[in-house]
Amino acid sequence: MIKNTFTRKKFFAINPNMDHSQTPIKPNLSSTCPSCSARVSEETLAENYRVCAKCKHHFTMSAGQRIELIVDSGSFQEFNGGLASINILDFPGYEEKLEKAEQKSGLREAIITGYASIGGYDIVLAVMESDFMMASMGSVVGEKVSRAIERAIERRCPVIICTSSGGARMQEGMIALMQMAKTSAAVNKLNEAGLLYIAILTNPTTGGVSASFASLADIIIAEPGALVGFAGPRVIKQTIGQQLPEKFQRSEFLLEHGMIDIIVERSQIREKLTCLLSLHKGGCRG
Amino acid sequence: MVKRQFDYEQKLKDLKAKLEELNDLSKNMQFDLSSEIEILEHKIQEDRELRYQNLVPWEKVLLSRHPERPGAVDYIAALCDEWIELQGDRCFGEDAAMIAGIGSFEGQALTILSYRKGKNTKENLQYNFGMPHPEGYRKIQRLLRQAEKFNRPVLTFIDTPGAYPGIGAEERGQAWAISQVLMTMAGLRVPVLAIVTGEGGSGGALALAVSDRLLMLANAVFAVASPEACASILWKDLERVEEMAQAMKITAQDLYELGIVDEIIAEPVGGAHLDYEATIASIKDAIRKHLPVIVGCDRDELLARRYEKLRSIGKFKTDE
Repeated sequence: MIKNTFTRKKFFAINPNMDHSQTPIKPNLSSTCPSCSARVSEETLAENYRVCAKCKHHFTMSAGQRIELIVDSGSFQEFNGGLASINILDFPGYEEKLEKAEQKSGLREAIITGYASIGGYDIVLAVMESDFMMASMGSVVGEKVSRAIERAIERRCPVIICTSSGGARMQEGMIALMQMAKTSAAVNKLNEAGLLYIAILTNPTTGGVSASFASLADIIIAEPGALVGFAGPRVIKQTIGQQLPEKFQRSEFLLEHGMIDIIVERSQIREKLTCLLSLHKGGCRG
Repeated sequence: MVKRQFDYEQKLKDLKAKLEELNDLSKNMQFDLSSEIEILEHKIQEDRELRYQNLVPWEKVLLSRHPERPGAVDYIAALCDEWIELQGDRCFGEDAAMIAGIGSFEGQALTILSYRKGKNTKENLQYNFGMPHPEGYRKIQRLLRQAEKFNRPVLTFIDTPGAYPGIGAEERGQAWAISQVLMTMAGLRVPVLAIVTGEGGSGGALALAVSDRLLMLANAVFAVASPEACASILWKDLERVEEMAQAMKITAQDLYELGIVDEIIAEPVGGAHLDYEATIASIKDAIRKHLPVIVGCDRDELLARRYEKLRSIGKFKTDE
């Protein structure tokens, strides 16, 4: 404790409004670690898988960075990249929100799907992007997850999904909620086909995504410190009117309660995935 | 000011009482107003019917949450000649927020699964206001498998504010438990008929709605999250909840048009709570109509159709 007080470095005034997630890498800029308050340069972060060297806090990663982190260099081939949302319910302000999200994330929707290889093993990969409307699940996310799973069944290869989501997208109402059932039905098909599905839960994975395909993987991996749960902490606090336990709904808490298989740091993830793929002989039932 | 109660019936009662008073008064004075009063009574009746044909979504939310609205226990009692409740998740406990068991409807054995709300404070506390913990979903999961083993069709009733958001619920895997039920129902090799009878709130309600036929009572609602939650999260303004209820498209009529609900079951004028018998009669008719069709369907075809139905929900554009 005392030691911490002295080593806390807050020498530089950093604009608190600066949005680190807006552009993937800003050379010569630095951020303050939200966990230990250490000052980390973007360059160091990029070298260190966007993990704070001091306290191991995992900074937000864009979907693009995550793909780079996980797959064999140059192996990623996107599919269904042209799927984009429409305002099905005529929900007030939805188009504007979509436009802003597109600008902020540089993506058409909250998930990227494609073929890739890891350690030489062919896989189908889906990565969610929290900069796009908190990676909430509407028609497009549900459709792209389902199509990704169906492509994996066609190719007889495993599926890996990196999740992060605030839940079902309210602006698409019940259509969004039904994507939970749709993606769960798709995972059921994958299981019938005997194919491997690995989920990597990243901060935050909550609501409709956590209660559907994110929880249905054969192997559930979580990043350290990721918030994972069904109800958000604010809603729980409001409902029960008490303080929540420390580390509540964090990966370590989930591991302790038997809800996930392993916590894997970013620096280890590719190696761990390669090992799992190899143990499954590329991901198919023998 | 947001309306928290649907008080039309109360106002109507007051109006009728006044009319009665007028009738008595005029009789005492030997001043015959009976034909005028009859006209007025007729007009009130007409206005009432019109009123209920034009309920706004928020009023349906209030009706769907009416404390006296018939619930699973009422439906089961009226539908089943025989009924055995089955309890427990075999892991941790029994969740009274869900009622499940085997019943016989006109000679057909069914596994019946439902949320359970109370009609008074004591019952509501006992049943946790119809908000299940993971144990509830695990009990459902267990009984779904059992239904499959005995080739018994499944009937579900949906009426819940949602899964319970609490510490214990999260510790014991609320998300995981719900996801398992969703996946199991998607691939279950027996026919599933689901009826939304009250409020369908979020993923916690969706768990029992994955089915071959999804029916909905005319004043029931089904939403991605409560209009209150959406108004406070998206608009940071709880006062705009009526507007939100409209925007979210949550009524049986909206969901029928969106292709999510297969059929709307009519309710008596004034809502299900005013006439249990009529409501139950309509539900019986709906089950008689839909159950034999799905029961008679080839299982592979049934499952293919169920998947196709789920798979087709969603609209988007393609720019490729």
